Amino acid sequence: MKLAVLFSGGKDSIYAAWLVKKHRHEISCLVSIWSENKDSFMFHTPRIEMTKKQAELMKIPLIVQKTKGKKEIELKDLEKAIKKAVSEFKIEGVVTGAVESVYQSTRIQKICNKLKIECFNPLWQKNQIELLNDLLKENFEVVISSVAAHPLDEKWIGRKIDGNFIKDVEKLKEKWGINPAGEGGEFESLVLDCPLFSKGLRIK
Amino acid sequence: MKELLVVSVCKEKLHELEFVDPVTDILQGADINFFVRHYSKIKKEDLIHSNKIIICGTSLQDNNFVEDIKSFGWLKSFKKPVLGICAGMQILGLIFGGKIDDKGEVGFYFENFKKEFLGLNGKKEVYHLHNRYVSGWGRDWEVFAEGNEIVQAVKHREKDLYGVLFHPEVRNKKTILEFVKE
Repeated sequence: MKLAVLFSGGKDSIYAAWLVKKHRHEISCLVSIWSENKDSFMFHTPRIEMTKKQAELMKIPLIVQKTKGKKEIELKDLEKAIKKAVSEFKIEGVVTGAVESVYQSTRIQKICNKLKIECFNPLWQKNQIELLNDLLKENFEVVISSVAAHPLDEKWIGRKIDGNFIKDVEKLKEKWGINPAGEGGEFESLVLDCPLFSKGLRIK
Repeated sequence: MKELLVVSVCKEKLHELEFVDPVTDILQGADINFFVRHYSKIKKEDLIHSNKIIICGTSLQDNNFVEDIKSFGWLKSFKKPVLGICAGMQILGLIFGGKIDDKGEVGFYFENFKKEFLGLNGKKEVYHLHNRYVSGWGRDWEVFAEGNEIVQAVKHREKDLYGVLFHPEVRNKKTILEFVKE
């Protein structure tokens, strides 16, 4: 099946893309929404411009759609981008990295349903610690690109997701109830390398 | 030893990560022995070997199971407990004489359970993901919840056959464990 992956450059969307590949579907294009609203509930914003470089490393065409990020209107911009993927790449479905967010997933489900295309959420309801461990098993190199919840502070930015990271977020889950994979927006991530990249990405 | 059979109705294997794995994760977490089969590959021995069955849901655009409804003919004479989730409920309805109608619900909704149904009672929030539902449930079925003019939860009056149109694996995980305990 020809699929488009909704692509933020973070761990969930790229791991979802990897699962698409493992299931032998074609990733015909990536769709990235660049929102001006830093507080968007719908779209990941930190370092979103890195999606261009990541798409190059994946050798997959990227559709970039800019949006002001106003609630619900941003969905029209998302729909526009998906329609472009349908017309230009003949995609038959969209893939998201949604794990727990009903807010995001229902909105994407409704757009796909309206366009009569499939919607895949391969990480849906996945245990978050298991998800972090899967990233390590599959050789994903991921760093934290922003934090937005106590007690995470600037010291966490740039930190790699590894065994120690997982132990630390498990402790924070116990003590503060944070989502260990950042599903509640506690942190955002950036993938520097993974099996889909032709080579690793280096950042300053 | 007999095990719980989890039935996939997904046309695409990739969709099993979304509709089957969340159910098997709940079973695994409760140390329940289970095995998974796609409906097209169920053999007589699988039905004999199972002690209960959960038929999972599938995506909004996937209606292959309706075209293949004859594959579920075994449900008519099956004597063990079955829980049909979304597509699984539609399958139970079709096999027992109901018909499919169109009406979509996507996201969180409140449903009112008029009496206890697999641990759900009164007004409860559930997660919906369907374009279709079953109408014409016969007298053999008791309706436990009805909302938006759609039957949302049913149980056969004589057999242990349960149907839910919502996805308990998302926000009502205990409902699945209640079925396992029944």
